[in-house]
Amino acid sequence: MTESTISKSYKRNEDPRLLTGNGNYIDDIEIPGMLHVAIKRSDYAHAKINKIDTEEAKKMPGVVAVYTAEDLGDYWRPGPLQVPPPTVIKGSIFHARPLECIAKNKIRFSGEPVAVVVAESRYIAEDALDYIYLDIEPLEYVGDLEKSLDPGAPLIHEDLESNLSADVRQEVGSWEKAVAEADLVVKKRIVTKHVAGGAIENRGIVIQWDDSFKVLNVWATTQGPVPMRNSIAKYLGLMENQVRVMNPDIGGGFGPKIMSSQIDDVVIPWIAMKLKKPIKWVEDRRENFLGTTSERDQVHYAEIALKKDGTILGVKDEFYHNTGAYNPYGMTVPLNTQTHVISNYNIPNYFTRIIMVFTNQMVVTPVRGAGRSHGIFVMERLLDAAAKELGMDPIEIRRKNILPPESMPFRTGVIGQDFVESVLDSGDYPGALEKTLEAIEYEKFKKEIQPKLRAEGKHKGIGVIMFTEGTAVGPYEGAKVMVGVTGKVNVVCAYSNQGQGHYTTFAQVAANQLGVDIKDIEVVIGDTGQWQWGVGAFASRGMTLVGTAIHNAAVKVREKALNLASKILETPKEELELADGVVRIADLPEKFISLGELAMRANPTRGTVEEGMEPGLEAASYYGPPHGATGYGCLGLILDVDPETAKVKIERLVIADDCGTNINPMIVDGQIHGGLQMGIGEAFYENLVYDDYGQLVTASFMDYLFPQATDMPAKFEIKHIVTPSPLNPLGIKGIGEAGAICVPACFMQALEDAFEGMDLDITDSFMSPGKLYHYVQKAKGA
Amino acid sequence: MTQKVKVAITVNGTLYEREVEPRLLLSDFIRHDLGLKGTHVGCEHGLCGSCTVLIDGLSSRSCTLFAVMVDGSDIKTVESLGTMEKMHPIQEAFQEKHALQCGFCTPGFLMTTVEFLEGNPNPTAEEAREAIDGNFCRCTGYENIVEAVQLAAKKMAAD
Repeated sequence: MTESTISKSYKRNEDPRLLTGNGNYIDDIEIPGMLHVAIKRSDYAHAKINKIDTEEAKKMPGVVAVYTAEDLGDYWRPGPLQVPPPTVIKGSIFHARPLECIAKNKIRFSGEPVAVVVAESRYIAEDALDYIYLDIEPLEYVGDLEKSLDPGAPLIHEDLESNLSADVRQEVGSWEKAVAEADLVVKKRIVTKHVAGGAIENRGIVIQWDDSFKVLNVWATTQGPVPMRNSIAKYLGLMENQVRVMNPDIGGGFGPKIMSSQIDDVVIPWIAMKLKKPIKWVEDRRENFLGTTSERDQVHYAEIALKKDGTILGVKDEFYHNTGAYNPYGMTVPLNTQTHVISNYNIPNYFTRIIMVFTNQMVVTPVRGAGRSHGIFVMERLLDAAAKELGMDPIEIRRKNILPPESMPFRTGVIGQDFVESVLDSGDYPGALEKTLEAIEYEKFKKEIQPKLRAEGKHKGIGVIMFTEGTAVGPYEGAKVMVGVTGKVNVVCAYSNQGQGHYTTFAQVAANQLGVDIKDIEVVIGDTGQWQWGVGAFASRGMTLVGTAIHNAAVKVREKALNLASKILETPKEELELADGVVRIADLPEKFISLGELAMRANPTRGTVEEGMEPGLEAASYYGPPHGATGYGCLGLILDVDPETAKVKIERLVIADDCGTNINPMIVDGQIHGGLQMGIGEAFYENLVYDDYGQLVTASFMDYLFPQATDMPAKFEIKHIVTPSPLNPLGIKGIGEAGAICVPACFMQALEDAFEGMDLDITDSFMSPGKLYHYVQKAKGA
Repeated sequence: MTQKVKVAITVNGTLYEREVEPRLLLSDFIRHDLGLKGTHVGCEHGLCGSCTVLIDGLSSRSCTLFAVMVDGSDIKTVESLGTMEKMHPIQEAFQEKHALQCGFCTPGFLMTTVEFLEGNPNPTAEEAREAIDGNFCRCTGYENIVEAVQLAAKKMAAD
């Protein structure tokens, strides 16, 4: 029997390439005669456009063309809408206002594109931006989520009655009933703050229109190549196979690179076809901060109804969600919030309402965590507040309400981002809690260590919170597995890889069926010229959806190989095995045929074939789950706080996580590490701040604090629980966002614990060192 | 257009004599004029460290220098280390410890590590962490990079 390639920490296939400078990222693509683009962006957040004067810029030596919305003529149109609205939720209101890509009559956020310069070099293109003049009338800026709906608030989209973007209500059971039966109702206003995706590589696109073959080659940093291909084809009136979207190596995604339907994929391809010249645009860091999407802004009015003994009767959560100036990405983010508020505990009655509003800010689309962290933050903060009111230990209130393993699969009754009811598929939630408590030595810390430290005047606090991670949602992904005539294997999909290790993990899944070395499996990701179908990298769905499709395809290829070898070796296939790149007779290993030879014979060149025969040692497969697979876990933190400097040292960080089968445990841990880093950043360092006029004052790494090595704990202590998901044959759940979801809630609990008795009462997901200092001083009465 | 200036810059052992615009960034000179694409640009304001190269042995941000400023210097980029077939011990250590994910920031970390280990061939975890503090990575959480730097030190000592 061949050794399994699943659940093994293989070194990554892609690493030697990336480590030696042989990666090929978007800005590495050079095509002879290529022109370069720079984008003129508005400095104003809200303004009426009278005229954009590009004459002077056009005359500059080296400038090839300058385009405004007017110059696009009939081609100019808003959109497309990238994610459809949740019509399945009864009574939901959604006012679709997709991005304009290049502003025509009105500017709606600072950083919005207003003109495109094409020049012989990027330097010249950027020079020309200074010679484009905007005649505009500034309008009042709308930035406050709640005030945006005030009567008389300036309208961002004048054809609407207000700045309401969407209103979605869901109820399970009856909140009114919960209140009627409750001994206690705790109310909180809870705020989650705005953060950037912060991939180290910015976005970019390279377009080459081949006018003789009528093919548009597109290299893009998109997380969703197939939807981008389809949208470009539709806009330009081309067939899908005339547009080939290819991912180069991508330097991190973290969400914002899923957002297409922007100037790069809507306007630049049109220009490239018009000029019949290859064009490159690579975003700079300032543009990335200003114009690329980001996420997290919500204001929650949340309530929890309980019995005296801490039993939760119900939760009510009405929240404002900032979608920015447009809503091209539908309601993915706030729907995730709705499902995640109640995803760890038994909550019989739940009322939740999204009030999505337009503001004069950059567009909001998912950033790693994507609405989930807000839901977890709200629930965990409510539980901490309730525990305090009831005089309970925060752990006890969680133990009392946590969903038991026997409740799985648990139907929540809440519709999620995939437009079906969110179902928690599997897991041992109390197990994760207890495992974390044990590892972080909770009892010992509370009973022995902390009292001593307090007596010495030290401020060290512990926090422990639960989280879930809704992952691996539909609709579907697909892949093709093919054994080549050399015996090497090709796995092809149009997913997208931004560093998750798919070149290795996808190979592991195929190797497991085909008995070849994982180094002999060449994985192609994100090339619509090689594979036509798929959706994209979001919601931690790659390993589960594409992995399952690859598994199913590899099973078919294995069958094909065995059937063909059975005929050639004149041996029943039950007596054959696949190993070391050959099909051999298990009891007579010297009698074999190589996979390469089988692949050759699988394409007969003369003679006849049986009816229904499919050539090639290849098979394709698609996989779409009925609903997502839900990972979950528990985070524990011990924070050591210096009250005078507000410096916070993360002394311990313990995370218990269950993502089902770990295809490659090393890579799983790497995903957890990276997520935790973003979570720590979100809790204590990172924040996108707009001033009162809609200027982003954190548009560089000098102002936006990026978490660095010394900001991290010495060790991320990871405890694994493995409950295979029943939804797919390999038992996989996603893991990409776990760390990013759980930190802020735990961080705030631990800070409050560090200053017990001072009532810090933190209801904000972001606590900068400066803010913490003021909190502590205020609590001290200083 | 601005008059071009002659420069003679040695990169990875090869002397390049070129004419460049005075405003040409060193990072663009390395990447686009010389075609050495391993040096990456993440922020163009000297913070992220992806563009780190060694100039006369010292780690430097190539995005905040003009090419003309390093006329006559000796520069080393990631291409000066190993090849895909035979990687440098630091590169091997990064692979073994899973110290890279997307790989974009990695060349900057590698060059920072080259300089650091020359001065401190046997660092503690704290020293290694401090050494890489000026390089941004969004994927890894840094823990594996700290371990890779220490493993690289051991590998280099054994060579």
